[in-house]
Amino acid sequence: MRRVRAALIWAALSIALAVPIAAAAMSPLLAWRDPVYITAGFAGIVAMALLLVQPLLAAGYLPGLAALRGRRVHRWIGAMLVAAVVIHVAGLWITSPPDVVDVLLFRSPTPFSAWGVIAMWALFATALLAGLRRRVRLRWRTWRVAHTSLALVIVLGSVVHALLIEGTMETLSKAVLCGLVLAATVKALAHLRVWSGRAASR
Amino acid sequence: MTSFLFNRRTLIAAGGAAAATVMSGLLVPARARGLAPTGSMRGGSNNYRPDAPIVDRIGGGGFWMSGTVRRAGDGAPLAGQRIQIWAHTTEGHERDWHSHGATLTDANGVFRLEMPQIVPAFGQAHGHLAYDSGEFETVFLRPVMASSKDTSLEAHFVLQPA
Repeated sequence: MRRVRAALIWAALSIALAVPIAAAAMSPLLAWRDPVYITAGFAGIVAMALLLVQPLLAAGYLPGLAALRGRRVHRWIGAMLVAAVVIHVAGLWITSPPDVVDVLLFRSPTPFSAWGVIAMWALFATALLAGLRRRVRLRWRTWRVAHTSLALVIVLGSVVHALLIEGTMETLSKAVLCGLVLAATVKALAHLRVWSGRAASR
Repeated sequence: MTSFLFNRRTLIAAGGAAAATVMSGLLVPARARGLAPTGSMRGGSNNYRPDAPIVDRIGGGGFWMSGTVRRAGDGAPLAGQRIQIWAHTTEGHERDWHSHGATLTDANGVFRLEMPQIVPAFGQAHGHLAYDSGEFETVFLRPVMASSKDTSLEAHFVLQPA
């Protein structure tokens, strides 16, 4: 029974990640974009999908990846998120430098871009904090609240960013992925009881 | 019956309010300034390539960019004004030279240039237009299409002498 349950969870997660990426791969817009621009777009889509895995790992919901193993994978996926966002921004920069400069300076005419930039800086800050955590001897509680707050900014910023864009992602699958990311984040936060000051059982 | 009396407090309050109204300019009579010039839009000049050639059509066409050019103040139509147009279309990125072209306004200050279908890029289906010929002040516009399925887009210029 546990095996079946585990298989179902992994199957559901695989579908949740694969469907929006596959739908984007069928976008008509791809025909009118060069490989660099397409790569940049998909790096963003992959980052959005990876964002769904992070809270699931943090709360230990994924079979076989509870506790320490889950945390190690969470860290690796965090690094992949940073890489994906760097590829996303670099590819867009190559495609249209003035547009990306405007976005990074918060003077772009597109409302969604600022949300993306905020999420990006929150992601970089999270990575930095995770990397320096031991060296600066961050208290566990401080680390936990800081990491969770930044994670919330990343999730909210990314979801709004994605929803407002008219791009290669198919509308319905994009909305479902964003909903799942939000739901997983809220569920994990409630489960871990980050704000209550007590550690939850995993 | 209610009666309304001026006492010191109401007088000071009313006087203060009146003074504030006048000083804030709310009671200045309407000025006949006429048509205000169009300001450049944010991001309007992105991927601008100066001196795009005047063309009959950009690429294969199928999409219409049109608009008017008028003079600030009296709103008189400006004939023979060169408007430069570019966008991310089915035939190229904004940065590509072949995505750029220019046209002139007719006697009524109207311009109209056929170009390839604009497709969403950087999150929005949008076009770029420029007036940059020197006689009037430079203006860059970046209109967004209401729907990316539209096959036309309009943008209007009101120019002030440089």
